[in-house]
Amino acid sequence: MLVNQFLILGAVLFCIGVYGVLARKNAVMVLMSIELILNSVNINLLAFDLMNGGLEGSVFALYIIGIAAAEVGVGLAMVLLIYRNKKSIALDELSEMKG
Amino acid sequence: MFAEGTEAVHESAGWFLEHAWLIPVIPAVAFFLIIFFGKRMPRGGSEFGIASMLGALVLAAGTAFQWIDRVNSAGHGGEEGEHALGLVSGMGRAVAAASEEAPPHVDAVSKVWSWFSVGNLDVSIGSYIDGLAVTLLLLVAFISTLVQIYSTEYVRGDRRYTHFFASLTLFSAGMLTMVLAPNMVQFILGWEIMGLCSFMLIGHWWEELPNAKAALKAFFTVRVGDMGLLVGTGALLMLFGTLEIGEINNLAANFENGDKGMLMFAAIALFIACIGKSGQFPLHTWLPDAMAGPTPVSSLLHSSTMVVAGVFLVARLYPVFHVGLDINMLGQDVNLIAVIGGITVLIAAGLAFVQDDIKKVLAYSTVSQLGYMMMGLGVGAWTGAVFHIFTHAFFKCALFLCAGSIAHTGSHHSFDMKKDMGGLWRKMPVTFVVWIVSTAALMGIPFIGSGFFSKDEIIDSAKYNDYKIFWIVGIIGAGLTAAYMTRATYLTFFGKARGGAAHFVHGDAHHDDEAHDEGHAVAFAQEHADLDHEIDSHAHAAHDAHGHDDHHAPVHHGKPLPFAPTDSAWQITVPLIILGVLAVIAGYLNAPALGIHWFEHMTHSSIGAGSAMVVPPPPKFTWAAAAPGLLLIAVGIGLSFFLSKAVFGDAKSPFKGLTQRVAPLRWGHKFLVNKYYLDHLYENVIVRFVAYPLSKAAYWVNQHVLDGTVNQVGLAGKRTGQFVYKYIDQGLVDGVVNGSGTTARGAGGQLQPVQSGKVGMYGTLLFGAAAVAALILVLVNS
Amino acid sequence: MLASDIVVAQNVAFGIIAAVMVLFALRVVSSSNVVHAALSLVMVMAGAAALYILLAAEFVAVTQVLVYIGAVMVLFLFGVMLTRAKLGRDADLNNKNWAAGIPVALLLLGVMVYVLIDGLGDDKLDVTSGTAASTAAISDLIFSPYILPFWALSFVLLAAVIGAIVLARKD
Repeated sequence: MLVNQFLILGAVLFCIGVYGVLARKNAVMVLMSIELILNSVNINLLAFDLMNGGLEGSVFALYIIGIAAAEVGVGLAMVLLIYRNKKSIALDELSEMKG
Repeated sequence: MFAEGTEAVHESAGWFLEHAWLIPVIPAVAFFLIIFFGKRMPRGGSEFGIASMLGALVLAAGTAFQWIDRVNSAGHGGEEGEHALGLVSGMGRAVAAASEEAPPHVDAVSKVWSWFSVGNLDVSIGSYIDGLAVTLLLLVAFISTLVQIYSTEYVRGDRRYTHFFASLTLFSAGMLTMVLAPNMVQFILGWEIMGLCSFMLIGHWWEELPNAKAALKAFFTVRVGDMGLLVGTGALLMLFGTLEIGEINNLAANFENGDKGMLMFAAIALFIACIGKSGQFPLHTWLPDAMAGPTPVSSLLHSSTMVVAGVFLVARLYPVFHVGLDINMLGQDVNLIAVIGGITVLIAAGLAFVQDDIKKVLAYSTVSQLGYMMMGLGVGAWTGAVFHIFTHAFFKCALFLCAGSIAHTGSHHSFDMKKDMGGLWRKMPVTFVVWIVSTAALMGIPFIGSGFFSKDEIIDSAKYNDYKIFWIVGIIGAGLTAAYMTRATYLTFFGKARGGAAHFVHGDAHHDDEAHDEGHAVAFAQEHADLDHEIDSHAHAAHDAHGHDDHHAPVHHGKPLPFAPTDSAWQITVPLIILGVLAVIAGYLNAPALGIHWFEHMTHSSIGAGSAMVVPPPPKFTWAAAAPGLLLIAVGIGLSFFLSKAVFGDAKSPFKGLTQRVAPLRWGHKFLVNKYYLDHLYENVIVRFVAYPLSKAAYWVNQHVLDGTVNQVGLAGKRTGQFVYKYIDQGLVDGVVNGSGTTARGAGGQLQPVQSGKVGMYGTLLFGAAAVAALILVLVNS
Repeated sequence: MLASDIVVAQNVAFGIIAAVMVLFALRVVSSSNVVHAALSLVMVMAGAAALYILLAAEFVAVTQVLVYIGAVMVLFLFGVMLTRAKLGRDADLNNKNWAAGIPVALLLLGVMVYVLIDGLGDDKLDVTSGTAASTAAISDLIFSPYILPFWALSFVLLAAVIGAIVLARKD
């Protein structure tokens, strides 16, 4: 097998994730797309791990899984708060960032 | 115990010394017991706290005895015969012979386990016992025990009674962990636990906004300094490649040719942490505010133990500071530590004069005394400074507990000396005697108080080690201390009873006023019925139970009336008496005036000497050298008593309201009342000129750079469109593809709404830009 | 089985897993039904777990199943329910200018694929000889040289727990 099989699969998933982040309006959907991106990174890490015969990639893949859990927790809490305040989780309605 | 210790001194250090790590473990376990089971216990978890502190105290005492034994046996070069008497003879001996030759070097007893390792760096956890650690261990365990006993009465019935004891116990665990620390990581761990507990305890009654604010202020101010601790530790690691305190001290003491600048940097960074924690000059403002916490907390954390952590750090890593900051070097008249300490001594003493709150007076006094300790370390009086930690803890803790006792049963939960105190000496005899004794110790009155021996050694060393400025600062500070304490004592215990202290007719003197007082008391009860803290009702109930009903106690609104000022319950008076006794006798452990150098003998090897570091020995005590200080103290007491009597007393006097009438005095008074405008400086000037422009700059960047970029892209698109339309389209192809120009123009117009504030659009641009940048990089590099 | 057979089998497995993952990943970002998208995400996660096993990282695979499929997805479904997104079709899930995402994603993909092929060419990945990463070895790494990131992670999780409570609490 080729390293590139895994890496290109990771790249494809990454780009799908990026598209999702850009195209989606619903905040929950954006969070899901971010999960796709994080997973593609994990695939890369483990592929490099096997390529180099180390274990560090696995360690950091585990850390990423942990971080992803934290991120989803906080992200969804924020989404809930936004929903409670605005009765909507459509990101394009959140234009407070406009200067 | 002694026999066992002496036999095995050289092979094994002794059971207590080897197992000192158990001391912080006991309160740590107790903390969890209190958290999980405290509420279900009959005494709300306080039994766990007190039991654990007693356990820690027993172990600490054992450790201390074995350490004394160890030092004595090292001193006698293994002559077995004298060991058994080591302690006894050491305690009372006029160590003339021993003090003239240098005390023997006694190795610390270190017991460590590997905690974790990062790369090549093994970080250990365990215990590092030497004279300094033993001193603090004993001190912390002892005072924590007394304060916890005191608290069972003081915060009885409080809503968060269990949590209060949990925090106190966790604090003790943290402080003991720090004191024992064999390396900087464990040190930081303990240091931060203390910071957390300090925050929780200051904000114990967080329902009231000022308390919550004080807690936050304390936490953030100390945090500013804590950054220095991390940076300094990092610098030490870079410099010496180790975090072990023993090794760092050794390497720093023998530091001859190396990166001196780095060592200085580390010392300064660490000292910033000490400034924050020990309330030294620029960051001292949090400590008086910390008095918002319950009085036992002020007594334990913010006077006797936690705030000396900064001083302890300097004493612990003394070689780093001594060599890094050129202390005691020839031609070095000043150094950072002494300067900061000296400034703190004077400004805090000045502030103590204008406080009406008895706890604030004591708080500024604490700041001032911490300044003495720092100054002592800065002028090379290591022993004096550490001994001052030791003696100060007893008398300052006693003073705070007296203040608490007064508020608890004397002045109806008020700490205001001018409004609610006065004339209490007859009504609260135990509190009064302990207060007077502790005040004498704080002022440094010879032989009555322990403060004399420690403070005088610091002042004396400053003179002897050629730090003339700090000698002057020291004696002036001593005079000021005497003066403000006299003022506070007069206001609290003498003169006419006012406010809370005067609600009850007590004795014959006020018999005629009975009717008036009763009416006043009723009004007071009404006024305070809704304001008083929950604790009040419990305290009142407690007082009824303690048999004060014999003073007439008419019941109004179903609530007992304020009680007559009287001494508190045994849980309060017993710790007071113990501390009062110690405030007197603790000084005799190291009384140069009597030729006793026992404490110095026991702790000397903690200084850590080396070829690059020569700490001058303490000067020989002479009464002539002590005379100027004593004279100023006497003047301070006399002048202050006279002025207090004139200003606050009954008799009419031209001094009354002097600060209002005479302009320079009024300005000075205002300057002091506003704390030299330091808080104003921090909150209104620094915050406004740092934080505000920062946010403004961020806003500007957002408005002009980010939005501007987006705007420019839009404009450029539009211009391109126009350009295409105008020249290429119309000029060249001229009407053939007329539509394309319009399209381009449309594109330009379309690009402008890019600056929409919509996250999605920003994201698209960001990723797009990143992709383009990556593409360019790839193309350039391939 | 011969080593070559194993390689073939692995390639086939990879092909199937990869196809499933890409397909469901596309469904995640294109479905107009939030719940369907979430379930598609489960499939992608499961595919990733299968890939990890193929890459001889059993422990990570197990963790992936436990944390992602077990916990994170439940969180997502709760998030969907609590924000009362319509459980049926919802045509309004995309931005107005969602199409702008396509060129950006394609551009990124192009750059990355080009770099990968250019850089790693046909470097072989020897899956057959790779010894499975023992969990003990991973734990040794986590708890000694990489303990500081581990602590940082613990701290982040703690902060996240507190933050989530503070944010989502109704006052």
